[in-house]
Amino acid sequence: MLNFAGCAYVFGDDINTDYIIASRRKRDTIDNKELAQFLMEDIRPGFGQKVIQGNILVAGKNFGCGAAMEVASLVIQAAGIPVVLAKSFARTFYRNGINGGLVLIKCNTDGIEENDELTVTVTKGNIKIVDNTKNVIIPSEEIPDKLTDYLLAGGLISYLNRDGSI
Amino acid sequence: MLYNKGVYMGKQTIAEKVFSTKCGRVAHAGDIVIAEVDHALLTDASAPLTIEILKKIKRNKVKDPKNVSLVIDHYVPTPNNKVARLHQTMRKFCRETGCNLYEMKGISHQILPELGHVVPGDLIIGADSHTCTYGAFNAFASGVGSTDIAVSMVTGNLWFIVPSTIKIQLDGRLPQGTVAKDVILWLAGKIGSNGATYKAIEYTGRIINEMSIDQRMTISNMSIEIGAKAGIMPYDEKTEKWLSRISVTKSMEPVWADKQAIYDLEIVEDLSNLSPQIACPHRVDNICSIEEVEGIPINMAVLGTCTNGRYEDLAKADEMLSNYDLNPNVRMLIIPASNEVYLKAIRDGIIERFILKGAVVLIPCCGPCCGTGNGIPSDGENVISTANRNFIGRMGNINSNIYLGSVETVVASAIKGQIYDHRKL
Repeated sequence: MLNFAGCAYVFGDDINTDYIIASRRKRDTIDNKELAQFLMEDIRPGFGQKVIQGNILVAGKNFGCGAAMEVASLVIQAAGIPVVLAKSFARTFYRNGINGGLVLIKCNTDGIEENDELTVTVTKGNIKIVDNTKNVIIPSEEIPDKLTDYLLAGGLISYLNRDGSI
Repeated sequence: MLYNKGVYMGKQTIAEKVFSTKCGRVAHAGDIVIAEVDHALLTDASAPLTIEILKKIKRNKVKDPKNVSLVIDHYVPTPNNKVARLHQTMRKFCRETGCNLYEMKGISHQILPELGHVVPGDLIIGADSHTCTYGAFNAFASGVGSTDIAVSMVTGNLWFIVPSTIKIQLDGRLPQGTVAKDVILWLAGKIGSNGATYKAIEYTGRIINEMSIDQRMTISNMSIEIGAKAGIMPYDEKTEKWLSRISVTKSMEPVWADKQAIYDLEIVEDLSNLSPQIACPHRVDNICSIEEVEGIPINMAVLGTCTNGRYEDLAKADEMLSNYDLNPNVRMLIIPASNEVYLKAIRDGIIERFILKGAVVLIPCCGPCCGTGNGIPSDGENVISTANRNFIGRMGNINSNIYLGSVETVVASAIKGQIYDHRKL
């Protein structure tokens, strides 16, 4: 079982990978911790420096569209964000997130506001999201069992390692 | 790995057929499968992370190194010390593992087909979103992450969710002056940047059938801009002819959808009256017809990238420029997509004429498209480009505006110094 509790950082629709981390930053380093200070800098300057460990990213539709670069999901994790809730995710971002153990959940995020206190629980076949500020349960889409296995193992590589196939 | 074709059921899409073949059982949209990968691509933007992952899990043996290509195309020539070290890591890795290294040859999405690494029926993955370009060759090709490539390099396989498919049938005949780029921009405007997320697209219809492979590559390339997992073109005599000119040693298995294939959505459209289309800042689905944006002043024009840097594109620009000069207020950057394209353009005198007109020709690479190379626009400047993305800061300056259009639109705008309808030239 995975449990998370944190405040919401709310973003809009179509947050692309270039907004998550600009290509020009990536040219200088592949150290995700270093890159994390530039998270979302082109759309919310200074955000990367202010992120509090354990808080949760909330977005609209098509989160992570644009490039396939895995650094986008890794930088979010390096900034200390363990969960992203969005109406939908771009598919390469979704793959990369799940592969790296970043919890990505599709749900209707309309009611969530900046700083709302959220709790998220993930078990195989069951996800529970609660907005404690509004005192509501947010219904979400299931994560397929196979992919939940990857998440519970901490990512694809750890899963395959444990499973002996890599 | 071939599965029993008797169980096809006659209702499969191209994506379902490719995944069935590659995973050894009948696969349907929504299934999670472990499928055999035919070719895996890494670029200098994604390879370092994959190499780091392999190092971390202490795996230095690649299962099938001849089917793994590392291409140095994003940061070319090496712009600083840090990238120099990344490139060195890639060279060393290829020497040690036997993977293909292609450096200073051009953009991955142009050179992998030229080198015969892409054939019909293939399942190809690349840690670059525009890997979907290979759909033009009737392959299922999709962008993935660095971890995905690491896993496929070690095991030869990878997990996939078999996508459902949108069938896009384009009927009629494109009017004079409207080209493949306009078609895909129109589609982005119609269905939006996530209109095909998680889905494969099959393109069909007379307009597609009449397009050259170069043009089909433009459409497949930009399928990711509408979220698609793959943008697959039909196999026909044009594919066959294109492939016959290069040396292909792999066996190929063209794939057709069953007549009764089940689609998520079918879009049928007659584009006989389509105008040239423009993607306005800062979204690829922020589409206007050329008539709506004519007159916007232009400071820089970019012709090239994996979307439109092929020989046909350069030849078209050359033809248009023969009767005109570039506007003195416009800097024009031209980037051939590969050395092969570049050489052919040199031999045909195209490059010389570009330079005489005052354009700058860069070596084949991703160039200014993603702000990783030379050619960064200044504050407040407007760029017109044949590339595939116009996000804020995409070309390296968050205070510039990027408009996307066809080769024809870009050249006409460079001639006039403003966004201009090339049909009026």
